[in-house]
Amino acid sequence: MKKELIGVYTIWLRDIKRYFRDKPRIIGSLGQPILFLFVLGTGIASSLSFKGGGGGDYLNFMFPGIIGMTVLFTSFFSAMSIVWDREFGFLREVLVAPISRTSIVIGKILGGSTIAMIQGAIILLFAPLLKIPITFTVFFKVIGIMFLVAMTIAAMGIVLASVIKSMQAFQVITNFLLMPMFFLSGALFPLNDTVKWMNVVSRANPLFYGIDAMRPVILDNPALQLYPLWLDMVVLASVTVVMSILGAFLFSRQE
Amino acid sequence: MNDINTNNIIEVKNLVKEFKGLRAVDDITFTVKEDEIFGFLGPNGAGKTTTINIICTLLSKTSGEVTLGGYNVARERNKIRNCIGMVFQDPSLDDRLTALENLYFHGLLYNIPRSALKERSEEVLEMVNLTSRKKSLVMTYSGGMKRRLEIARGLLHYPKILFLDEPTLGLDPQTRNKIWDYIIKLKKSKNITIFLTSHYMEETEICDRIAIIDKGKIIALDTPDNLKRTIGGDIITILSEDNVKLKDYIKEITGSEVHDAKEGKIRFEVKDSSSFIPKLIKNSPVKILSISARKPTLNDVFLDITGREIREENASARDSLRMRMRRRMRH
Ligand SMILES: Nc1ncnc2c1ncn2[C@@H]1O[C@H](COP(=O)(O)OP(=O)(O)O)[C@@H](O)[C@H]1O
Ligand SMILES: [Mg+2]
Repeated sequence: MKKELIGVYTIWLRDIKRYFRDKPRIIGSLGQPILFLFVLGTGIASSLSFKGGGGGDYLNFMFPGIIGMTVLFTSFFSAMSIVWDREFGFLREVLVAPISRTSIVIGKILGGSTIAMIQGAIILLFAPLLKIPITFTVFFKVIGIMFLVAMTIAAMGIVLASVIKSMQAFQVITNFLLMPMFFLSGALFPLNDTVKWMNVVSRANPLFYGIDAMRPVILDNPALQLYPLWLDMVVLASVTVVMSILGAFLFSRQE
Repeated sequence: MNDINTNNIIEVKNLVKEFKGLRAVDDITFTVKEDEIFGFLGPNGAGKTTTINIICTLLSKTSGEVTLGGYNVARERNKIRNCIGMVFQDPSLDDRLTALENLYFHGLLYNIPRSALKERSEEVLEMVNLTSRKKSLVMTYSGGMKRRLEIARGLLHYPKILFLDEPTLGLDPQTRNKIWDYIIKLKKSKNITIFLTSHYMEETEICDRIAIIDKGKIIALDTPDNLKRTIGGDIITILSEDNVKLKDYIKEITGSEVHDAKEGKIRFEVKDSSSFIPKLIKNSPVKILSISARKPTLNDVFLDITGREIREENASARDSLRMRMRRRMRH
């Protein structure tokens, strides 16, 4: 048992070390959310206010969504790195070591989630620029939610990585899974009174619950929540557990 | 090395591995003795890596029996993993970490106590002459240095067997020689079994025994000297004005097969070249333009059995992808 825990720790630590060594990656991966927030967000906000839609609040509304987006992409791609690592890299060395496949999967999920959480926290630091006050309590609450969301996404990433082998499929996943997940998460627009099919589909999207949990906390406005916080957390935790078990099973079976 | 000790540390019986209809390993049987250097020699795609991957628990077999140190590869994976060291064909270091950090992670994975880990890291780094660069990122290493570090890492947990899958692949000749020097040095200083593969014929001469493998089958298995002895003499290569006529003549006087070789030459074997050549030059029915004689190599053994040169093989699409990736990662 202790050996397995050390195995989990090793996989996690290696991902974290690599992350902090790769400064260009840290900075590069902040580019997209910042672009979304300050260019797209500002643009939409000003056109909404032009139409008299009360768009001044749009940037604030979008801010938790952009944090969700950062967590989504970071976590997913970290987990997917298990695909090429397996063929051409460090993971082969881990695979012949005397630790179980399950520990490797758990370590990888925790590693990806930690990195995604850090990336999300960096975006959260932009809050004062939008005049959103963030207290310590809020900060740590959001960190907790982010970590759970990240675990859910990373576990999904492991499941997909275990069934998909080619790099081409990767592009397909980005376009046909990640982007829809982002659009149908409530990150950019509220999903309580849009077209009916959107409302329905969004409820099958784990990120939806993540955003629904984060937004009222970050903006300190309980009126923004569609479901109570505890329900969002239960959904996310359940999906994480199921996906982790499935991921560990599929990963162990694969060779 | 040690003639009294004939314990088999690896036993492989009727091993078969199929990939979607392709028989990569086709019913092979062999044993590796404790403390020997055992070599797998064969062209690209022969099934060397596949066999190693099965023995070291990374790949499941289609059928057959494989044991290592008495443990069954299918059922006692962790026991096997504890007593083997691996140097993979493809790079497996984390190049964003330093040499010491790579070793540290390895130590964690193999549960080496922290107090021993530091000392052992120094020891293995010293052995492959990387002590002065131990704190540099692996990214900054040359191909040969990375290979040496992988060997050091494979030794860190004091395995009973070290697997080296094409340890010199992609390296320049000088670096290749150095890698072999380290391997010989290692064998002298430690009681360890080494299982290596190569498709460079001349390199496997350091092995105590060699299995020549081709298209998933073992086609010969013996000591390098015995294998070469099967050739029965020296190899003679001749360029003449009329090969057809000369071939018939040589067949007649020696009774041995005559093959076509590269650059329009012909090639055959004789018992004793030093007495044969003067006789041939005196009596040859056609004019001989050049003639050379040499001792047989393992390449000739392969040629003799299969009728092909070992390096003529074209890499499959899968292998060329791997090679591209490897080049990108190694340099
Ligand atoms: N995972 C795999 N899927 C399909 N074919 C494979 C796989 N691994 C190896 N092969 C094929 O099996 C054969 C033996 O490969 P390999 O063991 O790598 O040869 P070697 O190491 O001797 O060059 C080759 O034809 C190779 O293309
Ligand atoms: Mg190979």
